Amino acid sequence: MDLSTTYLGMKLRSPIIPAASPLAEEIDNICMMEDAGAAAVILPSLFEEQLLSESNSLHHHLSYGTDSSPEALSYFPDPADLNLGPEEYLKLIQQAKVTVDIPIIASLNGDTDGGWVNYARQIENAGADALELNIYAIQTNMNLSGEEVEAEYVNIVKNVRSCTSLPLAVKLTPFFTNLGNMAKRIVEAGADALVLFNRFQQPDIDLKNLSLYPHYLPSRPFENRLPLTWIGILYKRLAVDFAAVRGLETAEDVLKMLMVGANVTMMASAIYKNGIHHIRTVEQDLARWMEENEYSSIAQMRGSMSQLNCEDPSAFERTQYIRTATTHLPVLP
Amino acid sequence: MKQEKYVILDANEAVADVAYRLNEIISIYPITPSSPMAEWADTWSARKRENLWGTVPEVVEMQSEGGAAGALHGALQTGALSTTFTASQGLLLMLPNLLKIVGELTPTVLHIAARTVATHALSIFGDHSDVMAARFTGCSMLAAASVQEAADMAVIAHVFSLESRIPVLHFFDGFRTSHEVNKIHTVNDDSLRQLISAEKIKEHRQRGLTPEHPVLRGTAQNPDVFFQAREAANMYYENAPEIAQQVMAKFAELTGRDYRIFEYYGHAEAERVIVIMGSAAVTVQETVKLLLEQDEKVGVVLVRLYRPFAVKRFVAALPSTVKKIAVLDRTKESGSSGEPLYLDCVAALHEAGKTFFETEVVGGRYGLSSKEFTPAMVKAVFENLTAEIPKKHFTIGIHDDISGSSLDFDPEFSIESAAVFRAVFYGLGSDGTVGANKNTIKIIGEKTNNFVQGYFVYDSKKSGSITISHLRFGKQQIRAPYLIEKSNYVGCHQAAFLEQRDVLETIISGGTFLLNTHYDVEKVWHSLPRITQEQLIRKKLSFYVIDAEKISKQAGMGRRINTIMQVCFFATCGILPREEAIEAIKDSIHKTYGNKGHSVVDKNIKAVEMTLAHLHEISVPEKVTSCLERRNAVPEGAPDFVRNVLGRIIAGKGESLPVSALPADGTFPTNTARWEKRNISSEVPVWDPEVCIQCGKCSMVCPHGVIRAKVYDEYFLQKSPENFLSTEVREKSWKGKKYTLQISLEDCTGCGICVDVCPAKNKSVTRLKAINMRPSLSLREQEVENWNFFLSLPEMDRREIDADKIPQQQLQQPLFEFSGACSGCGETPYIKLATQLFGDRMVVANATGCSSIYGANLPTTPYSQNSEGRGPAWSNSLFEDNAEFGLGFRISLDQKKIMAEKLLAQLTQKVGEKIVSAIMKVDQSNEAGIYEQRQNVEILKETLRKINEAETDKLLELADNLLRKSVWIIGGDGWAYDIGFGGLDHVLASGRNVNILVLDTEVYSNTGGQTSKATPTGAVAKFSAGGKESPKKDLGLIAMSYANVYVASVAMGANDTHTLRTFIEAEAYDGPSLIIAYSHCIAHGINMTTAMQNQKKLVNSGQWQLYSYHPDRFAEGINPLRMVSKPAQQSLEEYFHLENRFKMLQKSDPETAKRLVRKSEKVLKERRAFYEHLASRNFTDMKQDN
Repeated sequence: MDLSTTYLGMKLRSPIIPAASPLAEEIDNICMMEDAGAAAVILPSLFEEQLLSESNSLHHHLSYGTDSSPEALSYFPDPADLNLGPEEYLKLIQQAKVTVDIPIIASLNGDTDGGWVNYARQIENAGADALELNIYAIQTNMNLSGEEVEAEYVNIVKNVRSCTSLPLAVKLTPFFTNLGNMAKRIVEAGADALVLFNRFQQPDIDLKNLSLYPHYLPSRPFENRLPLTWIGILYKRLAVDFAAVRGLETAEDVLKMLMVGANVTMMASAIYKNGIHHIRTVEQDLARWMEENEYSSIAQMRGSMSQLNCEDPSAFERTQYIRTATTHLPVLP
Repeated sequence: MKQEKYVILDANEAVADVAYRLNEIISIYPITPSSPMAEWADTWSARKRENLWGTVPEVVEMQSEGGAAGALHGALQTGALSTTFTASQGLLLMLPNLLKIVGELTPTVLHIAARTVATHALSIFGDHSDVMAARFTGCSMLAAASVQEAADMAVIAHVFSLESRIPVLHFFDGFRTSHEVNKIHTVNDDSLRQLISAEKIKEHRQRGLTPEHPVLRGTAQNPDVFFQAREAANMYYENAPEIAQQVMAKFAELTGRDYRIFEYYGHAEAERVIVIMGSAAVTVQETVKLLLEQDEKVGVVLVRLYRPFAVKRFVAALPSTVKKIAVLDRTKESGSSGEPLYLDCVAALHEAGKTFFETEVVGGRYGLSSKEFTPAMVKAVFENLTAEIPKKHFTIGIHDDISGSSLDFDPEFSIESAAVFRAVFYGLGSDGTVGANKNTIKIIGEKTNNFVQGYFVYDSKKSGSITISHLRFGKQQIRAPYLIEKSNYVGCHQAAFLEQRDVLETIISGGTFLLNTHYDVEKVWHSLPRITQEQLIRKKLSFYVIDAEKISKQAGMGRRINTIMQVCFFATCGILPREEAIEAIKDSIHKTYGNKGHSVVDKNIKAVEMTLAHLHEISVPEKVTSCLERRNAVPEGAPDFVRNVLGRIIAGKGESLPVSALPADGTFPTNTARWEKRNISSEVPVWDPEVCIQCGKCSMVCPHGVIRAKVYDEYFLQKSPENFLSTEVREKSWKGKKYTLQISLEDCTGCGICVDVCPAKNKSVTRLKAINMRPSLSLREQEVENWNFFLSLPEMDRREIDADKIPQQQLQQPLFEFSGACSGCGETPYIKLATQLFGDRMVVANATGCSSIYGANLPTTPYSQNSEGRGPAWSNSLFEDNAEFGLGFRISLDQKKIMAEKLLAQLTQKVGEKIVSAIMKVDQSNEAGIYEQRQNVEILKETLRKINEAETDKLLELADNLLRKSVWIIGGDGWAYDIGFGGLDHVLASGRNVNILVLDTEVYSNTGGQTSKATPTGAVAKFSAGGKESPKKDLGLIAMSYANVYVASVAMGANDTHTLRTFIEAEAYDGPSLIIAYSHCIAHGINMTTAMQNQKKLVNSGQWQLYSYHPDRFAEGINPLRMVSKPAQQSLEEYFHLENRFKMLQKSDPETAKRLVRKSEKVLKERRAFYEHLASRNFTDMKQDN
């Protein structure tokens, strides 16, 4: 049975990849992922904004209170070298490359035009096999039009594309007025793959202290309907690879995504919940299902349930909504 | 001769550079002003810089200077090339070892930034009292007079010591030389190799102890031979001056810089000569140069090698024509027949015989504690020598209106050359002015052929401190070790200073004045005080303004205006072409901030590029229009001493105070900080009574005592100011009374901690709390009036307050308020709390450190008094002896109580049994009892006064000792864990009733963040640049081992209730109590506003445990140890990420950072398990039946 797939021009031994998460900050975990059968590893995102903030914070604290008191002209030893740029991240890429054989896909979240480009170059030089752009912004500026926001996305992809020859995946949010158009423009800008979808983390309220606080919620199974739908719609309409991410936990989830057209599937919450060895379990279940249902390869099933190939293409569209809404309306007593 | 490059640095760095290259072991202990030498050495060692022989010297920090000297002695005895750096009390602690090192003829050099030894007061500044106290050790003493000389003498000292076998004290003036930035040559490695004799090093090593060639050193000797053995070393001393001069000659061959052990400069037939050493010698030389031009027959002998004192060479250095000599000492030896150098000179001339038989010699003192010594004073000293009978044992630089010792001098006399450009800058410590000026010096020194000099003056506050930078530039080497008296340029980086001091005092006619101000071009003239306008017109100044804060905000630099003001200076001073200067500034930004990330560089570059467009020249009008006068330093109504003495110091005019203005024994009044209204915060907390829950947390954490609460009867509000706020009190037992939370706006530092801890949120707008930060300017008038009214409201009767409950306890009046500690200080809330609880019966022994500086650095003290005039009595002895000092208080107070009780018993018949019985029976363990006893004692004293007999007078003297006294021993972790630990341990073991408060900041905060044994694993601190490996010492556990010591660990931000309970229990316990109080600190690299939240995370991560160990629980059959904090509930890494001291390591050495986190976790887990084991033991068998 052939579980292999292709993604970003790379042949992968299976379609199961751990999504970008802090787990992959540790080389030991990356090794365990490889041992568990991960087809590749997406490194956690390099956040330019965080690097800038850390650099500013460090400078502030190293200079705060200095040259104020004759007895204490400074409060810290003068650091010769500080890794305030992406050095640690680049080192992680290099270490991962020499430690494991599976492809290493870096992830980048820039903050400035220069940042996207410079870091992309450095990631390529560090030896990453591919790059995933994690474009994540919550717009609170009401004077900024949707067109401008979209143009910014496209611009980022174009700029990065122009500076690196690395295979390029773009992780998108579903919150566009016309996602299909946006996806098309992103592909035209140079993306080799679309990763659907990014999750926005929203804060929660601490009622005791009346304060907002970051509260990470793991993805839930129902969330995979969104990538399922959109990969199903976009499959073959865009000459691009698809990665499904969000709410995936089981082999069944993986199968569904492959069937709508995903090249690969990515999971993070499920790995946090079940452990890194969960990758192996899903792969085994996937193989078992395929065997039981007489599938010989991933390629065979890929896209089989996409809008293009499925029995009822309208199921991906508005009629599906009407059907669902009318069928499940609660009956009043 | 190989030409050496010029470098720009201060003497500390220059000397450290030499010492580092020429040694293998450097044992150190931080002490101002020598600490930077040790810090440089540690920094280089951490960076693996190699010494002259290709090895990386090991820098080891010890627990005290005594320890550093011991380690030095040991390293020398085993054949290593070793050195140390120190000053002041540190040198005194090294004396016993120095005697040994000298006695064993062991070559070494101690580099000393000479500093005042504490007498009536501590002073961190420079004079020769420390080195003079080391004369008797037999060390050679080599004095350097300038930054260049310090660099050179450091070399000469090492070579000389190896050649002569006599240890050398190489000293230069603390701050004046140690901290002066100058353009100098350093000696290159090749020259060092040529100077240092490999043979001598070999001999030194061969003398090292080794079992392969065993010898015995350090014997005990008896009367039969000790004396002879002491004399056996004489030849080494006889040879030493010649050796020193030979070394200097060889040094001159290699470098071109020629030195003499006694150097004469002046008229060949001089009749009047000054003998002097240290930086002041340069001032004398430069003044003599001018006087020679005026045909004065004067000269100066600069003493470099002071010990061994080479009599013949000294005499030979003097011109035979000399008639009168003034020997100037930078020290005072009370009761002596003269100061040391004077006595040496007198003895030398006496021994010289007839040649100088008729030469008159007078001695004088100058420059104690860095007191300015100027050319005008030199002139006065020479003029004194023209008198028929010159004044002897004179002082110069002060006005001694008591003993008449001082010489008058003409303050207008100046020798400043017109060829030297002189600039004075006034700034705040926080605005980066000093840093900018240091950069400017580097740029000018490196980019032009100018010589440069920078010297920086700081005030004694840790928050809102004012800095004054003195910069000189010129084509000749700058030799002017005194402050600028006539400036070409003044930069005032904070417009508010114009209202406080005469900023333009030094500027000459036609000079340039640069002002940073919020006012725009049209309005700026009208914003100036009258005197400033007047000087601008009269002196025909060029006047430039800029709104630097505006630019710094736009560039994202917050309040750091350093780069902007630097650009303005270059644009207006004309030293470099503008474009060239700006390129140089940009270049220096890359160098300075390059390792802090590109965004920091980008912001500074952006600021540079924005600046010139905002710099404006103001056309100075012809007439003064302002009516604005400078503010008085202290408000009207202040006591005379505050107004006339402390007020002068606050105004920056302390120099002009005569001797008679100052107490002879160092005793000062308390209750004075309340008069020093600093108005340093642009934002202050404002109370919202509608939201307030009256919990008292804000006032409890306020580091500066500016938030107070009062509960009072409503009728007191009859005359309240219009905007005075009050509300119904929430405490049920006080129903019907009014409650007010009032802020002292003029004393607030704006730290915002109060707002951060406030738990009450506005239910409609949750970003608002019961107190909120608001701009202070518009509130000032109103809040000053409100504060004054608030003070007039009565204090709550202490007997009615349940001190166990924070909301009630916080009504107790703090007797520690408005300290100049860092804004948001983590130590002061604990001291304030102690004074609220016990201040009216408190005697404080305070170790040297932050708490002694914000507690008692002139001009004012935050220790205050209640309306009855009671309050903490405070004293500081030393850094190392504080526990013993406090124990002395206890023993003395107890003894006086015993004496009083005995007399009372003896006089029962006379004073009446009733009052005696009342006094002896009263229980003073609570406020009611204390109140009752005070009444009793007043009655007793009244009775005694009426009787008026010898015996009753004796009791009258002692009667106040019948009142309970609470002895507090306060200090930081440097004292408690390191230098004072031996004494602290002994006091704990004494069983006496003292309360020891350790303000644990986990570093030496006062001297700039050096590692102590309280520093936790993984923290970066000075001397732990690579992260501290060893775990934090468990002081509490050590104290618990005595079983009869009350021990508690607290962190106010994590658990204020436990903190309060601990203070009450500790004070009530009749035995030694130790409170280890976690104190966040500026040296942690944290957001000081949210520092109390850090304390929560500190405890939640298990990094700090809260517990109390109460020996009285034994008797109740209860385990004395009670854990208050829970086991770790959040990751240590998460806590580490909050503080720069840990985070920095993640950025400099991530691997080590990770390893040390794991190591810390393991240690903390084990420590917790051990504590839980101790706390779980069963003590029911110990229960004592009453």
